[in-house]
Amino acid sequence: MTDTTDTESAPVEELESDQDPSAPEMSVADQRRATHDMWVSGTEDTYPFAAATDEGAQEMLPQADDPGASMQAGIAVDDDYTSEVLVDPDERQIINMGPQHPSTHGVLRLHLELEGETVRRVKPIIGYLHTGMEKTAETLTYAQGGTNVTRMDYLAPFHNELAYSLTVEQLLGLEVPARASAIRVLMTELNRVASHLLWAATQGMDIGALSMMIYGWREREICLDFFEKTTGLRMNHNYIRPGGVAADLPDGWQDDVTNLIAVVSAGIGEYEELLNENPIFLDRTMGVGVITPQECKEYGVTGPMARASGVDWDLRKAAPYCGIDQYDFDVPLGRHGDVHDRYTVRMEEMRQSLHIAGQIVETIPSGDYRAEDRKVTPPPRKRIDESMEALIHHFKLFTEGINVPEGTAYQSVEGPRGELGCLIVSKGGTRPWRMHWRAPSFAAVQALPVMMTDSLLADVVASLASADPVLGDVDR
Amino acid sequence: MAGVAAEPGFLMTTLEKGVNWARTQSMWPASFGLACCAIEMMGTGAAHNDLARFGMEVFRASPRQADLMIVAGRVSQKMAPVLRQVYDQMAEPKWVLSMGACASSGGMFNNYALVQGVDQVVPVDMYVPGCPPGPQSLIHGILSLQQLIMDGEIRNSTGVV
Amino acid sequence: MTGEMPTVESDSSAVPGTENDLVASVIDGFDGATVTEHATASSATVYHQVSVSVDDWVSVVRKAKNAGFDAFVDLYAVDHFAQAPRYEVGVNLISMENNQRIIISTRVPYDDATVPTLTGVFVGANFYEREAYDLIGIDFPGHPDLTRILLPDEWVGHPLRKDSSVGAIPVQFKAGSVDL
Repeated sequence: MTDTTDTESAPVEELESDQDPSAPEMSVADQRRATHDMWVSGTEDTYPFAAATDEGAQEMLPQADDPGASMQAGIAVDDDYTSEVLVDPDERQIINMGPQHPSTHGVLRLHLELEGETVRRVKPIIGYLHTGMEKTAETLTYAQGGTNVTRMDYLAPFHNELAYSLTVEQLLGLEVPARASAIRVLMTELNRVASHLLWAATQGMDIGALSMMIYGWREREICLDFFEKTTGLRMNHNYIRPGGVAADLPDGWQDDVTNLIAVVSAGIGEYEELLNENPIFLDRTMGVGVITPQECKEYGVTGPMARASGVDWDLRKAAPYCGIDQYDFDVPLGRHGDVHDRYTVRMEEMRQSLHIAGQIVETIPSGDYRAEDRKVTPPPRKRIDESMEALIHHFKLFTEGINVPEGTAYQSVEGPRGELGCLIVSKGGTRPWRMHWRAPSFAAVQALPVMMTDSLLADVVASLASADPVLGDVDR
Repeated sequence: MAGVAAEPGFLMTTLEKGVNWARTQSMWPASFGLACCAIEMMGTGAAHNDLARFGMEVFRASPRQADLMIVAGRVSQKMAPVLRQVYDQMAEPKWVLSMGACASSGGMFNNYALVQGVDQVVPVDMYVPGCPPGPQSLIHGILSLQQLIMDGEIRNSTGVV
Repeated sequence: MTGEMPTVESDSSAVPGTENDLVASVIDGFDGATVTEHATASSATVYHQVSVSVDDWVSVVRKAKNAGFDAFVDLYAVDHFAQAPRYEVGVNLISMENNQRIIISTRVPYDDATVPTLTGVFVGANFYEREAYDLIGIDFPGHPDLTRILLPDEWVGHPLRKDSSVGAIPVQFKAGSVDL
C-alpha cells in the first residue's frame, strides 16, 4: 500500500516541478528579492498605489542598459581603481565618510563618489587604528605574545589567542591534552556567539532597528559574564596560551554554560521574531550588498560572508583544529550573497556554536588543562615552594620565555569573520622573528567596493555592517 | 498649582553651582570609538549597565552637539590629527575623558605607531585605568568627572570664564 | 588530536598521491622550485610551501590559480635581514575543491626589492601588496595604486624592516617628582 502511494505521488511532484522549476524554492524571501528592483528598472508604473499618492509619480531615470546594473547583481568583478567612468565627472560629488562616523564600526574611512544618490565608486581608507602589533610582537617573548595578539580582533580575542597558540605549538611540536582542546573549542565557540551577537546589535542599529541594539547587548553580557568568571576579564583575556589554557574552568561552569545556551537561544528566537518578517528590515537587506562566490575567492573574503554567497568553506570542517571534528554541527550556507543571507547565516551559526558548546558540557574529558611541559607551561604554584627545579622553571619561563626552534609555521582558525591566520617565522630563541596576521576583516574591507558600487547611499551602511569589520583586526 | 502659587518659596544658590549642576546632569558624549574600549563604552550605554541613569545616554554622532569626548582606545599617529579636529569641532564647554591604558599612556604598545597618551593631543580632564576598563570603571570615571565639574569654576577649556 | 609535527621535507610516500600531484603540476616546468611540506594543527591536513624565483613568480601563481588554487587568502612579506636574499614575499592560496593549501614564496635582495604585482591574477592582492609595501618596503611594479595603506602618507621608512627600531619612547611619569 505504501509502495503504491509513493509511486503515485512521485510523478505528481515531478510534473509540478516541470511546470515551474523555481516554484518549490520560491519562498516569500525570493519573491521579495525578485521584486526588489527599486532603481534598476522603471517599475513606477507597476506600483498599484502610485496613483493614490498626491506626490505624483516618483520618476526615475532609465537604468536598464546601465552596466552598473550588472555590477549591482554582482556579476562583474570591480574595484575602485578599475571602475570605468560612466558619466560626466562633473555630475559627481565625492563625500567623505569617517573616520569619525557612528556607522563605520570604528575608524574606517570611506571615499564615496556619488551620482545623485547612487554610489559609483568607493575607496576604503584604513590605518587609523594601526597599532604596530606585528612589530611589538617581535619584542615580546612567546609567553608574552598572547597579551599582544588578543587585542587585535577585540571582538574575537579567543580566536586570536587560539591561532597564535596553535602556531607556536606547531613550531614546538607540542601536543596539548584533550581537555585543553575541549576548553579551547568551548571558549572560541562561545566567543563566536558573543561576536555575532554584537554584529546583530550593530547591524540592527545601523539600518534602523534600534531595539536590536539593546537586545544584542543584553545577551552578550551573559557571554561576557561567563568569560569574566573563567578568565578574569571581560575582553582581551589572554586565556588560551601556548601549551593549553591559563586555568581550568571554574566550579559550576556546566550550569553557567547550560544557562547561557538557554538564554541566548531564546534571545535568537526573539531577534528572528523581531526581524524575519519586518518589512523594513527585509527591504533594507534583501538584494543589498551582493557579492558572488567568485568575487569572494578573488578578494580573499572568507567566513560568514563567503558562506552567505554559497561558498562551502569552513575551516572547522576543512582543516579541523582542536578536535572540533568530533562534535556534531552544520555549516549554514546562503544562496544570494546579500545582506539578508549574511543575517540568516550568522543567526544559524550562533545556534550551531551553542550546539557545540552543549556537546562539550556533556562530553568534556577530564585531565590536565595544559601540557605538562615545564619548558612551555609554568609549574603549579604549590610546587614552587617545594621544588627547586620548579622554581627555576618558573623563573626561566617568566624572564626568558619559551625557546622555540627555528622554522616557519602558518596556522589558521575559523574566526567569527573568516579565516584568521597567524604566520610566525622563528629563527630560534624566545621571540618571534616575524609575526604576520591574516586578518579576515582586512579582506572584507577590501571587498567593500564590490558590495557598495552602484548601490544606494543608504545601503552603504547596511553593506558595511553586514561585512562586520573590526578595525583592530584590519589595521593591527 | 494653586498651593504653590499661594505660598511662594525660594531657593538660594550661587550661579556657579546652578550652571555646573546643569552641565553635569546633561553631559552628552560624542560617539567616538576607537578600539576595544569603544566596545565597552557601547556596553556601558546599552541595556545592562544603562548609562542613562546618569543623564548621559545621548551619544551624539556629531561632535558639535557633544560636551564630552570619551577617547576610547588607542590613538595612532594617523588618527591623532583627526582626533584633534573632532575636539576642535566640539562646542564649549567641553571635557575629555581618556578611557583605558592605551589612550592614557600608550598602554602596552610603546612603538612607532601609537601616540603615547592622548594628552599630547588634547587636554584630558579624567583618566580611567583598565585594559579595557569595565563599564563600572567608566561609570566611576564619569561620575568623578561630574564631581570635578560641580566643584570647579564656570570656565571653558581655555580658562576663560 | 592537535598533533603538531615539526616541518618535514616533502616525501612522496608520506602524503596521498593526489595532493602531491596538484602541487607538482603547479611547479612543473619551473626550474629551481622547491617544495616543503608543513604540518598543521589538524592532523589530517598539511600545506605545501613552494619557493620559486622572482622571475617565475607571476607565472607560478597564475598556474596555481588555473590548477584549482583559486581562492586568494593572504600575501605576506618577511625581512630576513642577515640572510641573502633579504626579503621573502609569499602568497597563500587554497583550493576549496581539493581542500589544499599552498604558499608560494619568493626571495628578493635588498638592492632590488621588487616583486611583480599579483593584482592581475588576483584582484585581492591589492591591499595586501600595499601593506607589504608600507611596512616592509617591497616594490610591486604594475600595481595600480601602490601607496601607503596603514601609515600616514607622509611617513618615512618602513617600520617592519629589521633595521627599523620599534620606536619606543621612554615612559614618562608625569605626576611624580624626581630628586636628583
